[in-house]
Amino acid sequence: MLNYEVTFIADPVLSGDEIKKTVQSYSELITGEGCKITHSDALGLKQLAYPINKKNSGIYHTLQFETETGKIVPLMELAFRRDERIMRFLTVKLDKHGVKYNDDKRSGKIGKSKKTVEREAEKKKEQMKETQVPKNADKPIKLPPNMAKPAAKKAEVEAPAVVAETPAVVEAPAVVETPAVAETAAAPAATTTTTETVTIKATGDAVDLTKIEGIGPKAAEALVAAGVVSYTHLKLKSVDDVKAILTAASSSLSHLDPTTWAKQAEYAANGEWDALKKWQDELDGGKDSSTEG
Amino acid sequence: MANREDIKFLSNPNIGGADKKYCRFRKFGIKHIDYKDPDFLLQFVNEQGKILPRRITGNSLKYQKKVAVAIKRARHLAMLPYVTDLLK
Repeated sequence: MLNYEVTFIADPVLSGDEIKKTVQSYSELITGEGCKITHSDALGLKQLAYPINKKNSGIYHTLQFETETGKIVPLMELAFRRDERIMRFLTVKLDKHGVKYNDDKRSGKIGKSKKTVEREAEKKKEQMKETQVPKNADKPIKLPPNMAKPAAKKAEVEAPAVVAETPAVVEAPAVVETPAVAETAAAPAATTTTTETVTIKATGDAVDLTKIEGIGPKAAEALVAAGVVSYTHLKLKSVDDVKAILTAASSSLSHLDPTTWAKQAEYAANGEWDALKKWQDELDGGKDSSTEG
Repeated sequence: MANREDIKFLSNPNIGGADKKYCRFRKFGIKHIDYKDPDFLLQFVNEQGKILPRRITGNSLKYQKKVAVAIKRARHLAMLPYVTDLLK
């Protein structure tokens, strides 16, 4: 069994579909000769170190395949030479070390420094904690969604009045906590001059929700209108509730991902600004990037 | 006065000796050199993109040959330049 690897540079002018078609046609050519493609890696658009055919960038793609004989190689290379879409190609026979290297690289064992590997491990640990905490927080409270909805409807009519009412709707422990939060958050909120913070300030329950990563001024406005006026309120809402509020308020807000908001709000409600800031630095636009990979 | 047998060196032999060069591939057990990793290969070329000699990198002959082949492949695929200035 022989292992080959062919890397080629395709014309950057081609569209995404055309690239896929090109790759597919060569994959079919290779498999048609009784070879087995083990890997197909798109390396993507890269800057060339020197111009080729007066082009300064190219789309790299690598195919690794197994074959009993090397008969396919001249056929494939002839096809590459005749193809105008291919700017350059290189076929390499891989020894066992090369195959192992490629496998390790794909599984992430090679190509990452020790530090990044450690960091990923830490992130995974944190993720485990995060998934545990919200579960415990949600259970005892059980805020019925139908309680929040009427509040949202009223909010459209007269926002400030609803703001005053909502603490009564939420259960007792939350109400106890809110004044303390309001005190700590009132100072930063007072400096901002957005209209929505001004209206809340009048009710004496001022909190700047935009401090939570992922919430912009518009999302904050929508949340306030729905009765979520403090970090404690936000903490008690489940992800689905928040999402429902956002989609009800505006279609442009529906794409926001509130998974991490409750956790952030918890930090903010307890006044742990340093911890919040630290965690926000790891987040990507309010999303927990570690979950994706 | 010190005994003549006590004086072995005129200067301290532990000062000024450079660290002995070693082959990193041998030391860390790297068996394969990837031509698709130009950042790694950049360690083995000078500012003009020329391959550095073994005299400087300390590679063993076996791996110096592999490095040279990998750099030449990378050049063919325009991942490294053939000629340049101020590469680093």
